[in-house]
Amino acid sequence: MGEFSGIVGLSIGVSLAATAIAAAIGLPLGAALAIFPFRGRRLLVVLVNAFFGLPPVVVGLVLYLALSRSGPLGFLELLYTPAAMVIAQAILAAPIITALVHRASERAWARYGDELICDGATHAQAIPQILRIVVADLLTAVLAGFGRTVSEVGAVILVGGNIRGLTRTMTTAIALQTSQGELSLALALGAVLVGISISISATVFALAGGARTAGSDET
Amino acid sequence: MIDIRSLRLLAVALAVIHSGSAAAESLVLASTTSVENSGLLANILPRFTAKTGISVHVVAQGTGKAIDTARRGDADLLLVHDPEAEAKFMDEGQGSTRRQIAWNDFIIVGPAADPAHVRGTRDSVAALKAIAAAKAPFVSRGDSSGTNAAELRLWKIAGLAPGTSEKWYRDIGGSMGQALNAASAMDAYTLSDRGTWLSFRNTGSLVIAVEGDPRLINRYDVIELDPQKHASAKLRSAKVLADWLVSREGQEAIGAYRVNGERLFNPSADAPK
Repeated sequence: MGEFSGIVGLSIGVSLAATAIAAAIGLPLGAALAIFPFRGRRLLVVLVNAFFGLPPVVVGLVLYLALSRSGPLGFLELLYTPAAMVIAQAILAAPIITALVHRASERAWARYGDELICDGATHAQAIPQILRIVVADLLTAVLAGFGRTVSEVGAVILVGGNIRGLTRTMTTAIALQTSQGELSLALALGAVLVGISISISATVFALAGGARTAGSDET
Repeated sequence: MIDIRSLRLLAVALAVIHSGSAAAESLVLASTTSVENSGLLANILPRFTAKTGISVHVVAQGTGKAIDTARRGDADLLLVHDPEAEAKFMDEGQGSTRRQIAWNDFIIVGPAADPAHVRGTRDSVAALKAIAAAKAPFVSRGDSSGTNAAELRLWKIAGLAPGTSEKWYRDIGGSMGQALNAASAMDAYTLSDRGTWLSFRNTGSLVIAVEGDPRLINRYDVIELDPQKHASAKLRSAKVLADWLVSREGQEAIGAYRVNGERLFNPSADAPK
């Protein structure tokens, strides 16, 4: 049972860390893409949206080659560690969060942008303001990012190596159980994974509901 | 504000992960899937770790991939079972020592209905010819693993080279377990190592069809890496593990591992097969 809780803990820890990194990039970037006008912005937005569908196994492979001892980042000694898995998942989640935040911010900026600028805010100062306006959409964006990371197997098995007690997550454990013919055990693990996703989503929405009510009191 | 919160969360998460991975001394063992999936390594390695304090991170891959991982410098020690690929690796000067630790055998498993009428026979090459003649479904690993290499050698001896043009020959490009799952679902024949077969749970209607052919012997070797080519590998710890695997204690641990009363690996360091 200790091994099982370790696997669940690692899955959640890695996914949360990756989602946090992706959010730290995606939230300001998504808003900035909506607020700052610059040449090539359209192209960047198209690219970010295209990376929505980045194949995890490709991200895993490229990262594997980069982190390999014979690769450019080999000196970091990160291959087959949880840190490598966090990086892979952050790369996968960042475009999702960026694109969703951008979409929401674009609408908010169209509506409130002039007002904010008239109040004397610079474009950079407008970023947190816009993010505050679209806070409900941010939750969806971050949850979508988390969903991508916690359910992913192709990238983490390549850069993590599915090492027992070190880099074995729920998804790689399910893959392993399946290949050992332990289908009922694999299915049980799958059910736990789905359960965890649902509870995290429910918790976040409950918290968000509370936050929104508190926010509406102020207006 | 949100960013500060998420950064703090990140710091906490990374700290948690780091504390979990901070073992005293460790090495990466690139191994074939069979010794991991059969439960052998999980059974014997804790004894090694308890004795030496060295924890072993097992990355289970097919032999081809494992050798490639070692060649790139991403493993510290190899445990594989493809004599030809191993010889090539040694010829390249990548390895320093290569020692046999155990053997078992390959078997051809197939559906109980046995459409190729090979059940109970011993000649693996004749069996493959019969399967091809009957156009009975056959699952190939197709993943450059040691088992895949053994299968291709047998086809070659049989003078056949079934490929994708043959509908009955199904190259799944997967692990032993995936191949057994596929064979079980498609009522197909496949070549399996005995260890994975004995510990596999989703056999469906599959039974052992062919066994006992001397050509079906399956040898497992531990290979230490060349210190010149792999200066950054943890070769000292790797040597401790390699020596332990061929030692009396390691060999006894391998021989004592059983699934449902059956011994999966026969220790053979003293008398290599």
